Amino acid sequence: MINVENLSKNYGHIKAVKSISFEIGDGEIVGFLGPNGAGKSTTLKVLTGFLAPTAGSVFINGMNIIEEEQEIQKSIGYLPELNPLYTEMIVYDYLQFIASVRNLKGKQFSQSLGRVIEQCGLKGVLHRHIGNCSKGYKQRIGLAASMIHDPKILILDEPVSGLDPNQIVEIRELIKGLGKEKLVLISSHILQEIQATVDRIIIINKGKIVADGTSENLISNAQGKTTLSMEIANATKESVEEMKAVIPSVNLVSFSDAGDSSKVHLEYPLENDPRKDIFTYGVEKGWVILEMATTKSNLEDIFRNLTVTEVADA
Amino acid sequence: MHNVRAIYLKELRSYFNSPMAYIFLVVFAVVNGYFFTNTFFLINQSNMRALFNITPLVYLFFIPAISMSLVARERNLGTIELINTLPIKIHEFVIGKYLASVTLIVAGLAITLVHFFTLMKVGTNIDYGAAICGYFGLALVGAVYASAGTFASSVTDNQVVSFIIAVFIVIVFWLLDKMLIFVPSGLAGLIQFMSVDYHFTNLSRGVIDTRNLIYFGSVIGFFLFLTHRLIEIRKWK
Repeated sequence: MINVENLSKNYGHIKAVKSISFEIGDGEIVGFLGPNGAGKSTTLKVLTGFLAPTAGSVFINGMNIIEEEQEIQKSIGYLPELNPLYTEMIVYDYLQFIASVRNLKGKQFSQSLGRVIEQCGLKGVLHRHIGNCSKGYKQRIGLAASMIHDPKILILDEPVSGLDPNQIVEIRELIKGLGKEKLVLISSHILQEIQATVDRIIIINKGKIVADGTSENLISNAQGKTTLSMEIANATKESVEEMKAVIPSVNLVSFSDAGDSSKVHLEYPLENDPRKDIFTYGVEKGWVILEMATTKSNLEDIFRNLTVTEVADA
Repeated sequence: MHNVRAIYLKELRSYFNSPMAYIFLVVFAVVNGYFFTNTFFLINQSNMRALFNITPLVYLFFIPAISMSLVARERNLGTIELINTLPIKIHEFVIGKYLASVTLIVAGLAITLVHFFTLMKVGTNIDYGAAICGYFGLALVGAVYASAGTFASSVTDNQVVSFIIAVFIVIVFWLLDKMLIFVPSGLAGLIQFMSVDYHFTNLSRGVIDTRNLIYFGSVIGFFLFLTHRLIEIRKWK
C-alpha cells in the first residue's frame, strides 16, 4: 500500500512536485499520467527512495520512506525511466547480480530466474551482452530485474516508451497478469499506452494532481454528456427543434442541411439514454434515419483539456 | 555484507568483461618491467629498490585510470538510480567498488613478482623481509591512491574530469615529500607526515611501524567517507 501526503519536491528553486496526495491500495493497477516534465518521474523517484522529499511524507506498507528506506526497497521492484543497464554485462550475470542483492541464493535464485525468463521472454538472449540486445529486449531485461524478487509493489516508469506496437501489447498483457496480486504503478505520457492496462488513472500536470479516478469516471466527470450524431433524410429544422418539447433532456447542438439529408448533432446527459424516444419521435415526424451514432468523448480529449488548460492558467 | 560482495563481483566482472583490465595489467607490467630491468643490472644490488622507486610513479597515472569510472560511470549510465533504489546501503556500494579497484591493482603488482623471482635467481644475500614489506607498502600506496580516485570519481559524472581530479590529488600526495625544502621548518614535519612517499619509504626499508599503517588507514577512510557523503548528498538536492 502506498500512501502519499502533501508530497513536494524541489530541485533548487524549481518546484517539480507541489504538495500532492494520493493513496494506492494493494492489487490496484494505477496509471500515472502527465505530459513531459509534469513531475511523474520525480514522484516515482521519491517513492522508491532515490530522492528524498522536500516536504510531506511517503508511507509504503505503513513504513516511512526516510526512516525505513532499506526495508521498503526490499518490497519494491522499480524500473527507472530510460531503463539504465550495465551495457558491458552479460544478461545472466546482470540478473544474478540483482538476485544476489535481493538475497536470492541457490534454488531460490534458479526458480526466480526461471520465472522471470519465462514471464519476460528472455530465453534467447540470456548469454548475450546487454549492449548488443535490441531495445525491446533491454526493456524486458529491465523488467525482469525489477521483478526477480517477486515484489509486492511494482513501479514502472514509462515501461513501454520506444517499443513497437507488438511489444507494447506483450508488456501490457504481462502487467495485466501481474496486477492480479500486486500493486502496480505505471507512468506514461501517452494515454493509449496505459489506458487499456490500468484500473485507475492519476493525471498530474505542473507538479499537481489534476484528476484521479477510473477512466469511465474521468470521462463522465469531465464531460458528463454524450454526443449523438445523426444523419436524417426528410427532416426539417423545425421538427428537430421541436423535439426538445417532447424529450426535454436532449439538446440540439447543430443542424446542417446537406442536400438529400441533414446532419444533426444532439447532446444528452450520460445517465439517461433517450435514443429510443428520439427514434419514436422521428418515426412520428416521418424521418428516415440513415445513421445514428454516439460519440463518447474519449479520455485523450480529457487528458489534453486538463493538461492544456492548466498550462493556460499558469 | 552480501551486498558488498555483490557489488565487488559485479565491478570485477565489468573490469574483466571490457578490455580495461587487460590493457591495465599488460601496460602496467610492461612499464614497470622496462624501468626495473633498465636499472636493476646497472645498480648491481640484490634488492627490489629499482621497482619500488618506479611503481609509485607509474601509479600516478594508472590508478586514476582504473578508478575514474567507479562512480562517474554509474551516474553517466544512470545505473546509480538502480543501485540507490535497491536495498544497498551507500557504504556497501562504496566499499564494494573500492575493493574491486584495489584488487585490480594488487593483481597488477602480482605480475611484477616476476622481477622478484629474477632477483631470487640472480641475487645473493637477499633481504626477503624488506622485499615483502616493500610489496606490502606498494599495495597500501595503491590502496590510498585508489581511495582518492574513488573520491574523484564521485565528484562528477564525467570520467575524464574525474581522471584529471584524481591525477591532481595523487600527484599532490606524491609531491609533498619532495617540496619540503620550500616550506618553513615548522611545517616541514607535518607536511612530511602527510606525504605518501615518506610512509612508503619506511615500509620499503622493511620497517612496519603502526604510525605508517594508521596513516594509510586514515587517508583511505577519509576519502571513502567523502565519497559516501558526496553520493548521499545528491539524494537531498
